[in-house]
Amino acid sequence: MSLAMIFKVAVLAIFRNKTRSLLTCLGIIFGIAAVIAVLAIGKGASAMMVAEISQMGNNLLMVFPERKQAGAVHQGLGGGQTMTAEDVVAIKRELPHLVEFASPQVNAACQLMYQNKNWSTRVQGVSTDFPDIKNWTMKDGRFFNEQEERRASRVCVIGGTVASNLFADEDPVGQTIRVKNMAFKVVGVLDQKGANNWGDDQDDTVMAPYTTVSRVLQGSAFKSINMMNISLYDMDDLDEAKEEISALLRQRHKLADYQDDDFETRDTTEIMNTIGSVTGLMTVLLTVVAAISLLVGGIGIMNIMLVSVTERIKEIGLRMAIGATPFMILTQFLLESMVLSTVGGILGVALGVGVAELIGAVKHWPIVIEASSAVFSFGFSAFVGMFFGFYPAYRASKLNPIDCLRYE
Amino acid sequence: MSHLIEIRDLSKIYAQGEEPVRALDGVSLSIDEGEFVAIMGASGSGKSTMLNILGCLDTPTQGTYLLDGVEVAGRSRTELAHIRNHKLGFVFQNFNLLPRTSAIENVELPDLYMGRLTRKQRRRRALELLKRVGLGGRGTHTPAQLSGGQQQRVAIARALMNEPPVLFADEPTGNLDTKSSVEIMNLFTELSKEGITIVMVTHEDDIAAFAGRHLLMKDGHIVRDDKREAAS
Repeated sequence: MSLAMIFKVAVLAIFRNKTRSLLTCLGIIFGIAAVIAVLAIGKGASAMMVAEISQMGNNLLMVFPERKQAGAVHQGLGGGQTMTAEDVVAIKRELPHLVEFASPQVNAACQLMYQNKNWSTRVQGVSTDFPDIKNWTMKDGRFFNEQEERRASRVCVIGGTVASNLFADEDPVGQTIRVKNMAFKVVGVLDQKGANNWGDDQDDTVMAPYTTVSRVLQGSAFKSINMMNISLYDMDDLDEAKEEISALLRQRHKLADYQDDDFETRDTTEIMNTIGSVTGLMTVLLTVVAAISLLVGGIGIMNIMLVSVTERIKEIGLRMAIGATPFMILTQFLLESMVLSTVGGILGVALGVGVAELIGAVKHWPIVIEASSAVFSFGFSAFVGMFFGFYPAYRASKLNPIDCLRYE
Repeated sequence: MSHLIEIRDLSKIYAQGEEPVRALDGVSLSIDEGEFVAIMGASGSGKSTMLNILGCLDTPTQGTYLLDGVEVAGRSRTELAHIRNHKLGFVFQNFNLLPRTSAIENVELPDLYMGRLTRKQRRRRALELLKRVGLGGRGTHTPAQLSGGQQQRVAIARALMNEPPVLFADEPTGNLDTKSSVEIMNLFTELSKEGITIVMVTHEDDIAAFAGRHLLMKDGHIVRDDKREAAS
């Protein structure tokens, strides 16, 4: 008997036992589909959470000047006047191995006007590094460039909220708005970010070169800045970066050893740690759910296979009685299990991906389908299916035909 | 002259419990080509064990078994499968047809394992055999759609598929009514007349009456061996 013939016998056996084959396939299909769908949706949700939080900034480290006290009155964070834009330039120059981007920030609350409309918002004076640090992207036009920064040009980019309030349907790019009654050219519109985790509307903002803001809008004699935003290459270097920055600033601010720092650093590690623990929890949860799905699918397969063992062993006895060799029997049953597992596996992967995509489309969730989850669940189900399909045949092939025929 | 089937001092011992059970206890027997043998005896007399060993479905504990002059005892499982496939046909009490499989596919099965015929030849031969056993129009019926007697005819057609010289039947009429039983036995008688050797186990005298030779077994021994002309 040729292998092709055994294959034919195996396929015939599959079709002869349609119910059993279907139920076995269903066990495999739903086991795999559940794992893939659950993991795809779960990983997608995790990725979305991380993405939302990392919108705040990449590997962000913030440095504020020390809070100043005027008599008994404390000023707010960033109120000190000891920190300058040169400090930022120095940090970028001295610590190129740690710092990827750095931007000073000077804030001004301003009244904006365009034609007959007006809007009150904050103007953030920043450098060209800022969009990279805070993950801002452009919807229209461009961010201001280094030349405009150096020259303190009166240019600005505006957030979505400002754009809709001042311009309605008009294209803001190239228009001129008045900021504190000074003409600023709008060179770009930022992509919308929505509210941040504390409910602030992040799109309610105008960004202009810090040089322009401090010179023109603050009109300050000092070159002090409200804060600096620093983006590190790697959050693992955070402690080292803090030390180096601190040392550099102390040196630049000529602080003696007995003097306290005249600045404060803040970073996002605490938030990132929270994200880490939440996504870790999600991973554990998803893994447990996936494992249970596989187990249930596996038990289903096992049940079907074991229920039909008696009939199958009698069938094996008959086949051996009319001349099937043990090798033919084993090959037939192996092929049968392989065909069922493969067909079920492929359908299961397709169904899992389909369900995941469907839920993603309906709920607008990102879907992350990992090959490893498909491969693992496929492998597990195939193993269970093949083991329980093959094992009775293996046992029966060791018996005399008459013992198989009499098997109860 | 050499016999088709020749066994010498054949024993089958089951190591059950403390006392080993000797289902066959040093049996010697020879059967010639074309004989129609009925093995009789009470249950537990060893008649089924004898048939299973003769049919290479079971292996003896001791003794020799020459089938067509070839030693069978001690052969590998694969070799025994070939012997069963090429030389032996089986008819069982409970038919043992593959469920949910058409009569014609059941009949074709032995040749699938032999691989002697092409697909067309195999189908033609299966149809001929079904016609021969009187089931010409029922090739597409599954066992569930056939009566007991019809199922047994399918089983006989299947047993004949590879043209074996010997047919073994274990209580072939045990699950059948009298009318079907007689029909089956008439079929056996015809086959016997065509020269096929038949060895049949039964405990019914009127069924055994169709055979030309009667063996009576008791406690693992052959206690009587009558040869006479078939009653029909």
